[in-house]
Amino acid sequence: MGTGGAVSYTPTTMPIDIDIAHVARLARLDLTASELEGYKTQLGVILDHAAQVQSLEGDPQEETFHPLGFVNVFRSDERRPSLDRDEVLSQAPETEDGYFVVPPAMETD
Amino acid sequence: MLHEVTIAEAGKRLRTGEVSSSDLLDAALERASRTEAQLHAYLTIDRDGAREAALVADADLEDGIDHGPLHGIPVALKDNMCTRGVETTASSQILAGYIPPYDATVTRKLREAGAVIVGKTNLDEFAMGSSTENSAYGTSYNPWDISRVPGGSSGGSAAAVAVGSAFAALGSDTGGSIRQPASLTGVVGMKPTYGTVSRYGLIAFASSLDQIGPLSRSVEDAAITLEAIWGHDPLDATSYAGDYPKPSAALSNGVSGLKVGVVKELAGDGYEPAVESAVSAMVDGLSDAGATVVKVSLPTFDIALSAYYLIAPAEASANLARFDGIRYGHRGEGATTETLMARTRAEGFGPEVIRRVLLGTYALSAGYYDAFYGQAQKVRSAIQEDFVRAYQDVDVLVSPTSPTVAFEAGARVDDPLAMYLSDICTIPSNLAGHPAISIPIGLDTQNLPIGFQVMAPALGETIMFQVASAVENLADFAERPILEEVAS
Repeated sequence: MGTGGAVSYTPTTMPIDIDIAHVARLARLDLTASELEGYKTQLGVILDHAAQVQSLEGDPQEETFHPLGFVNVFRSDERRPSLDRDEVLSQAPETEDGYFVVPPAMETD
Repeated sequence: MLHEVTIAEAGKRLRTGEVSSSDLLDAALERASRTEAQLHAYLTIDRDGAREAALVADADLEDGIDHGPLHGIPVALKDNMCTRGVETTASSQILAGYIPPYDATVTRKLREAGAVIVGKTNLDEFAMGSSTENSAYGTSYNPWDISRVPGGSSGGSAAAVAVGSAFAALGSDTGGSIRQPASLTGVVGMKPTYGTVSRYGLIAFASSLDQIGPLSRSVEDAAITLEAIWGHDPLDATSYAGDYPKPSAALSNGVSGLKVGVVKELAGDGYEPAVESAVSAMVDGLSDAGATVVKVSLPTFDIALSAYYLIAPAEASANLARFDGIRYGHRGEGATTETLMARTRAEGFGPEVIRRVLLGTYALSAGYYDAFYGQAQKVRSAIQEDFVRAYQDVDVLVSPTSPTVAFEAGARVDDPLAMYLSDICTIPSNLAGHPAISIPIGLDTQNLPIGFQVMAPALGETIMFQVASAVENLADFAERPILEEVAS
């Protein structure tokens, strides 16, 4: 089966080298070594297929970010009610005195 | 049977007093109690909230207050749309127990239209998938054959509409997640023009592609539901602020004089013969009904899937950064903010979500952006140009909705790429931001439904529905799934 098949695809070139531990750190995902290895293999297959975007022919295109071409939509700066604080905080894992509680963001001695 | 009637028909009976909204709700809940054990279409059924809404709808009608075509109609919402006071999980463990403090705009609009919200339907986690097998709360099954998937990611909505445990449902469509499950379960599913239905309160997957739309038992019902939920919303910065068409008014206009383009690229290798022959018979039918049919080539469709699987994960990796264990949902253990977040996310996200977050993070990371994400956005421009060229010649484009009928549960779970290829016919419309609709046109030899896709240019809903209605009439698809009843 080649790239034309709609329901199956066999990669032709392998693999794209991925520093999977670095990517997982960027994504804030605490994965085990064996999980990382599994995802690395799968990403290689998917990226090999996705690399077909590089076969685009013709003149260089603009990048499209919004399908209808909207840019910089602003709303008027008016006061309006916000969500109820207690209702919002009721969903947080830990709160104190109307605040979210988080562990230290920086290391301390 | 009352649970099988369309919204249009139920509305007539409501207004003659033949049935009440409470009767309609009873019919839907009765169907749920007979089918849920096998289908698992719903994650939450809000009996109390629905009952109260039905009583209000009945009292209003008695008082002469009529909120329009959805007044008193039981509908379901995909569980990635926020419902104040009712659990909303997006089928993820990371949002287990989450009770939104606000309604999504579509939820608010449905309530204002007098609709009765029956409950929240199952989906692939964060709408990432084509089978509902990625739900953290268990797979939904296809009512036509319960060993098969209902498609995805809006598989719960599709199954509920197919068996009558809702008269219509909302889904969200990022790469085909309304249309593909509609096709696999024999119902109508429609993705509107990007920006016409507010995404406020839709738990985001890929923001430049996500769009909410209806699943229903008829083309007219899809138009009725769409017209109730769309419109400009200042709470969504990508919302369309211009004039909106009125597709429900054009349903009976026929196809005489219209030009229909058959997409060459969406056929051939990988498409099941039963799907291809049903689609080509329908194309012949449109031609006999007075449409001019031509073959159209849109060469960039061949690389649309590749572009999609860079753009959607890239946007997902940014959108899902908000699930960090601080403000809502699951929290893992960690002595620092970073370790807490990393633990929370590894525990709370399922494998497909982790796979796409990693993929998107990689595609956006330093050194790879130009080769992957940037290049994918250029492909998107090229696809839009292909569409523009095609629409200079034709009014609508048609294709199968899915290359295959419903597949067996488990058949593609270990092969992500095979699963991704389920969406090959639906993805181009998402990348272009265009509307598209799937209409059931028949069954294959195993009694599994086949869907026909009609695509139209941005804001071309009127002509799209006009053609869809003609397709519906030609197909005359009246079959319903037969489920063996099991006690629940």
